[in-house]
Amino acid sequence: MLTQENLQKAESLFNKYPQKKAALLPILWIAQEQEGWISEDMMRYVGDLIGVPYAHVLGVVTFYTMYKSKLHGKYHIEVCTNVSCMLKGSDKIVSTVEQQCGAKIGQTSADGKFTVSEVECMGACGGAPMIAIGEEYYENLTAEKTEQLLASLK
Amino acid sequence: MEKFILPDIPNLHQIDVYEQNGGYAALKKSLTMKPGEVIEEVKKSSLRGRGGACFPTGLKWSFMPKGNDKPKYLAVNGDESEPGTFKDRQIFEFNPHLMIEGTIIGCYAMGITAAYIYIRGEYGKWIGMVDKALADAYAKGYIGENILGSGFSTNIYTHKGAGAYICGEESALMNSLEGDRGYPRVKPPFPAQKGLWGMPTTINNVETMANVPLIINKGAEWYSKIGAPKHPGPILVGISGHVNTPGVYEVPTGVPLLTLINEYAGGVPNGKKIKAVIPGGSSTMVLRGENLEGVCMDADSLKTAGSSVGTAGLIVMDEDTDLVKVLARIAHFYHHESCGQCTPCREGTGWLEKMLHRFEHYEARMEDVDLLVDVANHIEGNTICALGDAAAWPVQSFVRRFRDEFEKRVKQEETIAA
Repeated sequence: MLTQENLQKAESLFNKYPQKKAALLPILWIAQEQEGWISEDMMRYVGDLIGVPYAHVLGVVTFYTMYKSKLHGKYHIEVCTNVSCMLKGSDKIVSTVEQQCGAKIGQTSADGKFTVSEVECMGACGGAPMIAIGEEYYENLTAEKTEQLLASLK
Repeated sequence: MEKFILPDIPNLHQIDVYEQNGGYAALKKSLTMKPGEVIEEVKKSSLRGRGGACFPTGLKWSFMPKGNDKPKYLAVNGDESEPGTFKDRQIFEFNPHLMIEGTIIGCYAMGITAAYIYIRGEYGKWIGMVDKALADAYAKGYIGENILGSGFSTNIYTHKGAGAYICGEESALMNSLEGDRGYPRVKPPFPAQKGLWGMPTTINNVETMANVPLIINKGAEWYSKIGAPKHPGPILVGISGHVNTPGVYEVPTGVPLLTLINEYAGGVPNGKKIKAVIPGGSSTMVLRGENLEGVCMDADSLKTAGSSVGTAGLIVMDEDTDLVKVLARIAHFYHHESCGQCTPCREGTGWLEKMLHRFEHYEARMEDVDLLVDVANHIEGNTICALGDAAAWPVQSFVRRFRDEFEKRVKQEETIAA
């Protein structure tokens, strides 16, 4: 289920650790980067690759917030609402995002373009309020800047 | 004060620039010392961990067995997820080689087989930066086989987390690294006896490692004189919330909180008064604004003031802040992040969140004010790890120090809309 290239990448990870199981989280990342999410089939495949039961893989995927066990929209908009961001107006960023994306927190827009999530502290407190899209952080936001940012996403 | 951890040198993340500015000299010096001498130097410096617990680093290193009959591991804790904390991220971006150099020195001192820099998954971009710096360090022979002809070999890897605050807890970090859910372990055994894959392990924070080259280069005696006597050294203070210039500021330990807020972070916007501050990340106890005189950013001063240094994540709240809403959000965080192993934490954080939700909506009962503290008291000390304590302390301190704010949210006889 992993491409040839990704399978090679995954197998090379076994050299990093004294036990194969330690490569589980990194290999789940490879799988998610390839498919956009991690299906049950993929979990079983990864389990076989590493030599751990499906139940173990499922336990790991459901424990960590960043592993997606269902397909998300094209852009995953993550808004931090923890203390420092809240003090700097994250409520307004949330409402702006929900309105413009056409999806409330926890939902995907009807056109599949956006999934909106609320996240815990992202380590951007000096640039609060913020949103993250993939690996990119967008800090020092205002409602207006947020609108412009979302409008710019194709 | 001169800045050592985040100096104003452009492109310091590039290995050539790092070397031109004295980089990797500490590693070379360490390799001429005996491993035990390196540990002694770190001990003498009185360096204390920068990850939240403030544990003496040299002492922690000395717990590792001296022999090489079994593999030994080092994990560098880059899981930085404590609300209000954003300092290790700066090291990844602006001075990764300092952390790497400190890590190699630690590996040499403790005879480490392999070191893993565990970085939170959300910092994907920063993991890339550290990977680049590691590759450059390998290429120059600073890591790998027979480092600089010393006969000492080790490997250093990054390891990406996947979204779990609890993985910043050292034993949960180990379980996560091993490929499991991030469940903390019962202690004892402690990591130095039985850690990663059952082998002796030390876990140190990113910023802690970044202090090591400085100690080796300038000497423990010099280092121990910086800042507060029992908690010396440069420290990265992250200032956020209601301040004009939020950000990470490198200062010696022991700077007064009011100086940090008013001189470094530009003071509170619109001339408003400080109602409350959280000094060291959301797990540390809140302090009343009018009680900040003389309180300094160091372990002893904050302990005397009724709080702690934590990760030096200073959050400032002005006079218009709804403190009940702030505490409710903090309670939600701990409930969300509880790993679920211990009943007091798993259930208790849930009850705290539910009760605080009532307070937020002016639906609380009068007995809830004391009940909040009662539940918190029953979590504290009764859990496998410190997340339970971290969930309890904000509740205890907010309610005790701002009781009137909570009493105001009790449901009145005639329903008053919020």
